Amino acid sequence: MSASLSPSATASAPLTVALIGNPNTGKSTLFSALSGIQTRIGNYPGCTVEKKIGRLQIGSRPIRLVDLPGTYSLSPRSPDEMVSVDVLLGRMPDVGRPDVIVCIVDASNLERNLYLFTQLRELGIPIVLALNMWDVAQRNGVNIDVAGLEKQLGVRVVTCEAQRKRGLEPLREAIVAAASTTAAPPPELLPEPVRREEQVLTDWLASQGKKEPHYLVERAILDVGGETELRFLAETPAGAREKLAEARKRLTDGGLRLAAVESLSRYRWIQSQLDGLVTHSETGRVSITDRIDAVVTHWFSGTLIFVGIMFTIFWTLFIFADGLMGNIEEGQGWVSDLVTSNMAPGTLRSLIVDGLINGVGSVIVFIPQIALLFLFIAILEDCGYLARAAYLIDRFMTKFGLSGRSFVPLMSSFACAIPGIMGARVIENRRDRFTTILIAPLMSCSARLPVYLLMTTAFVPAVYFLGGWLPLQALTLFVMYILGAVVAVPIAWLLKKTILTGETSPFVMELPEYKWPSPWIVVQRVISQAWRFLEEAGTLIFVTTILVWAAGYFPGDHTESHALAAQIEALEGEETPDKPRIEALKDQKNHIDSELLSNSLLGRTGKFIEPAVRPLGWDWRIGMAAVASFPAREVIIATMGTIFSLGGDVDEENESLRGALASATWPDGRPLFTVATAVSIMVFFALCAQCGATLMVIFRETGQWRWPVLTFSYMTALAYVAAWLSFVIVSKFT
Amino acid sequence: MTTTLDQLPIGNTARVAQISGDDGVSIRLMEMGLIDGVAVKVVGAAPFGGPREYLVRGFRLSLRSSEASRVAVAPL
Repeated sequence: MSASLSPSATASAPLTVALIGNPNTGKSTLFSALSGIQTRIGNYPGCTVEKKIGRLQIGSRPIRLVDLPGTYSLSPRSPDEMVSVDVLLGRMPDVGRPDVIVCIVDASNLERNLYLFTQLRELGIPIVLALNMWDVAQRNGVNIDVAGLEKQLGVRVVTCEAQRKRGLEPLREAIVAAASTTAAPPPELLPEPVRREEQVLTDWLASQGKKEPHYLVERAILDVGGETELRFLAETPAGAREKLAEARKRLTDGGLRLAAVESLSRYRWIQSQLDGLVTHSETGRVSITDRIDAVVTHWFSGTLIFVGIMFTIFWTLFIFADGLMGNIEEGQGWVSDLVTSNMAPGTLRSLIVDGLINGVGSVIVFIPQIALLFLFIAILEDCGYLARAAYLIDRFMTKFGLSGRSFVPLMSSFACAIPGIMGARVIENRRDRFTTILIAPLMSCSARLPVYLLMTTAFVPAVYFLGGWLPLQALTLFVMYILGAVVAVPIAWLLKKTILTGETSPFVMELPEYKWPSPWIVVQRVISQAWRFLEEAGTLIFVTTILVWAAGYFPGDHTESHALAAQIEALEGEETPDKPRIEALKDQKNHIDSELLSNSLLGRTGKFIEPAVRPLGWDWRIGMAAVASFPAREVIIATMGTIFSLGGDVDEENESLRGALASATWPDGRPLFTVATAVSIMVFFALCAQCGATLMVIFRETGQWRWPVLTFSYMTALAYVAAWLSFVIVSKFT
Repeated sequence: MTTTLDQLPIGNTARVAQISGDDGVSIRLMEMGLIDGVAVKVVGAAPFGGPREYLVRGFRLSLRSSEASRVAVAPL
């Protein structure tokens, strides 16, 4: 291939190449095909756009390939959309101005795809136009005169099939060749008055000692209320607002419709360019996509298929992933036992077993669900179904003030909010995405189930309605399960009215052609999401777990407890263990542990907040268990086990835990747990943000601390008020 | 006789006459190629009054009725 390279191109200075294109053009596939596995993924500072940079070599030339988000146009209406403009104009720190733009387009659909291309032309960077899915275009009867197109547009044009890795060599050559050229001047396709106003504004800025890129000046005039206008007004000298308004007024007075002038001019130009170069031969046959869609988007069969697929995802995340999580927990138990049997009881052993091993376990336990959800999302998105799913369920989701795109993330949150929040990346609209992220933790995740089960089976009376068909316990369980989702409706509405205001999100969504998902893309996506979770959220979750261990352990003299533990372990190791003696020692140890916990930092906090939790029908022990559960709600069962003197190794099925709870009393002898207390605990757990991992993931996905802080505050306040209300109401009826 | 896109029966084709509104939604519709004179066919509809599917410039586009009602169309 080196034959086509000019001498200067063989120099070893790295080239920065930006890859951009419409959604559904096979951009991610092309990115992986070009860069292989050497990819760094992060976030651009202060926003949620994924920064994906691949490293490759073309000949001897090192290349940094920057993948930009899929977009239909370069007219930013949000800070996230502004990222692409900033990268292309070389205004993004540590990316550098691109030397070449690769604009990937769907060869079957040149007209609409070239809209973005005409905007890219104005940036003054050499462009390579990659006509992807060339095979599909041929099959669909689209004939393109590539040589003619290259001449007409004045840029390098190559055809490729990224999925089959065809046409990559000519593309690589074209990239290096384009780097040593200068961009041809862009066609002047906007009407003369617009160009004149651009000049007027540019001249005025120059007189103020300010130099703005030509493209930003154009955008500031054309995008009324757009992101460029906001930036322009914030960064340019006083008087810019008036100058901009004057320019727009002159254009409107001249009979131009500002909102329509750009799209009209660009599409008119595209049509004139493609005339005679692109021909459609009528194949007369119904395309495969049309045939699939006749079933898949049909109101009846489509709905059935939708329910089937969603049920499969839910079942897999809930049941199958739960099994895998069980395996991880077993492994964790095995490692803990190994340490326990090889170390004498003491602070260090407690730190290793209850702090470190538990911390690592509580991070990796989320991996099965994250991996499985992204496996589904990647397959469904890559084959083209995800857009259909959003299309079918959109009507239902508008009741939440959201769009169909939010369905899969929210549904997954019923298994676990963490993959759900990470899955919200499929939502393009920023407002919808943030709303979805903020309400996702309200969906009843599987970690709440043990609390519901313990409370209903122990305290909700075994009453049956409808002639025995409807047990009250099952009804209670069901109500708890949907409570979060029901509350999410007004919360979403409120969020959109107050904090997440802005333009209503249009549901202008393309339904792409169906294709076989590419296994490589799917696997890469699963691995990269799991890795990012471990790398970024994992550390923080680990640290929190250790802090909670310390709060429950210190201050206190554990010598006696450790001595008892050593004695018990020695007795258990004997050939004929003295069971009654072991039981007696265990009881003694449980009482000491309970005493230690109540005097620990955690226990003192419980006592300190008792006045605050009294209205919910709780004493300090329940309060402390709830506080200890803030990092991870499932901790409550073990904490209750310890504080009610049963030792930490209990679960919700444990008869003695239920017994111990039922016999717990207030100091005056009244029973502590009533139906009302049980309901208030369940409601609190249903609505509270008791999951450190979720909050870390919210931080990672939104890039700002205020979003997890907001989630935590609103959910805790909501949980408290709702628990108090349910305690008062249920107390009246029982 | 003109009508709006959301009123056009399934299976019918019409030409875009005008898109009303100057906000982001209308601009997005125009950027997607819904401009004066372009032919649009109604392909299908999602259940329970959900969005409808349109064929425009050779690709499938889904629009809610609130968005489609901005698009005035005239019969071919």
